Amino acid sequence: MTINQISVFLENKSGRLADVTKVLADGNINLRAMTIADTADFGILRLIVNNPDKAAQILEENGFTIRITKVLGIEIDDKPGGLHKIMELFKENGLNIEYLYASLENKNQKAVVIFKVEDVNLGLKIIESNSLVAISGKDL
Amino acid sequence: MIWNPDAETADRKDMRQHQIESLRSLVEMVYNNVPFYRKKFDDAGIKPEDIVTLEDIQKLPFTTKSELRETYPYGLVASSKKDIVEVHASSGTTGTPVVDAYTEKDIDIWSDAMARTLAMAGATHKDIIQNAYGYGLFTGGLGVHYGTRRLGAQIVPISAGNTAKQIAVMKDFGTTILTCTPSYSLYLAEAAKDMGVDFRDLPLKAGCFGAEPWSNNMRNEIEEKLNLSAHDIYGLTEIIGPGVASECSEKNGLHINEDYFYPEIIDPETGEVLPEGEKGELVFTTLTRTGTPIIRYRTRDITYLFRDRCSCGRTTVKMHRLYGRNDDMMIIRGVNVFPSQIEDILVNIEGTEPHYQIILNRGEKHLDEIEIQVEVEESFFSDETKVLENLRNKISETIKSKLGINGIIKLVEPRSIARSEGKAKRVIDNRIL
Repeated sequence: MTINQISVFLENKSGRLADVTKVLADGNINLRAMTIADTADFGILRLIVNNPDKAAQILEENGFTIRITKVLGIEIDDKPGGLHKIMELFKENGLNIEYLYASLENKNQKAVVIFKVEDVNLGLKIIESNSLVAISGKDL
Repeated sequence: MIWNPDAETADRKDMRQHQIESLRSLVEMVYNNVPFYRKKFDDAGIKPEDIVTLEDIQKLPFTTKSELRETYPYGLVASSKKDIVEVHASSGTTGTPVVDAYTEKDIDIWSDAMARTLAMAGATHKDIIQNAYGYGLFTGGLGVHYGTRRLGAQIVPISAGNTAKQIAVMKDFGTTILTCTPSYSLYLAEAAKDMGVDFRDLPLKAGCFGAEPWSNNMRNEIEEKLNLSAHDIYGLTEIIGPGVASECSEKNGLHINEDYFYPEIIDPETGEVLPEGEKGELVFTTLTRTGTPIIRYRTRDITYLFRDRCSCGRTTVKMHRLYGRNDDMMIIRGVNVFPSQIEDILVNIEGTEPHYQIILNRGEKHLDEIEIQVEVEESFFSDETKVLENLRNKISETIKSKLGINGIIKLVEPRSIARSEGKAKRVIDNRIL
């Protein structure tokens, strides 16, 4: 089970992020997880939202450059070593991670970490064979 | 000191007499020796004998930069090849370079014109001239060199670059006159400060600065920081190199060496000659050159001509400091660049749109900086920074290798650069000159 992540290209100019949050607020989109990858002169905002199709549509309508990418949301134990357990599994199976970030989710002593991996199918296999819980966009 | 009083303080009537005589021999020579000019004159229905008065020069067709390229390398040489003793060329960043071929007589003219230029800045045979213009095909280095030799002064042929060494040499050799681009002079000032060298302790008295546009504000800054008298010098490869015109102690306009280089100001749209005092495009005819003489070359530089009773005693016509250009050529650290060249590069790089904007700044170190904002192609956008960073590096490297300039590349959102109807505003020049 994968999640559709929305990435938004942000020029490094003041107020640009506020432009994005306004569009999302006006469209009644709820943010579940996010991160910004920044360089000296541009940033990439990555978002997990409750309704990615609608979010993508309204962002595009408002002139933003976006891309939808499949990422994995994996439930981990919210305690020391929780993330490390997943990392060991990825390492053993030779799965490379492009980037990861935490979601805002935290229920029943579980945290959800979002992974962008090189090979999504291999990621799903690892999840399945190790009885991990992959979260869908809706569950977040 | 006036280096060549016969020419520089000539009576108006005598100067005109010299000019018309020179023009008539010039037209005769190019008509007979250069098929390119013969054809142009024939097409315009002009014969050398039609040129009787100085005003008849207006009957002659203009020569443009693209024609100089089309005739590369030796198409405009008016003398026998064995008489050519030296060649120089423009940087050629815009494609084919423009070649200037010199006979012994041309080198003599150049040496004299440059000796006049240096003398206008106060140089005499007693001076030590540090020449930080580049030596090579570029005309700056050897132009100053020949002028210094003619003057009998001491040349320090250090050429461009190597800033720490420039400062050390300046101090150790006791340089009295500096020649380089105006922006480089300010860069030297900063570097000297970092090295703990105070210009007030150095014997520098004057500088001849050219090869890029600068203003009186920048002059004030240079004069203060380098503790010298800063003079604007003007020249271009197509005509001879430096030595076409320069400022005397009055610094109110540049005296044109009009016995060698006949100036006209034209309306750039109609080509019509404008009277003195009216602003337009500067056009030059090399009256006495024999290697690659040029008839009515359109410089694209905007200025006006005037005559005043200059306190220096020279009677030659003056041109106001340049106002700009009437094409979109940019001069970035002495390198000529057209926006179309940047466009050509972008079109050939996958992931970019040919929508771009160029922003020119004169940075903290007083050197020109070029920022190129490029729209990222929508389909090329990625959730990973490395993809976009690789794209940016690729643009930057290609521009460096093809145009020889270090650009700051900034990727911007698709459709974020203002579209305008008709001609897009590609260049924003924030340089305070």
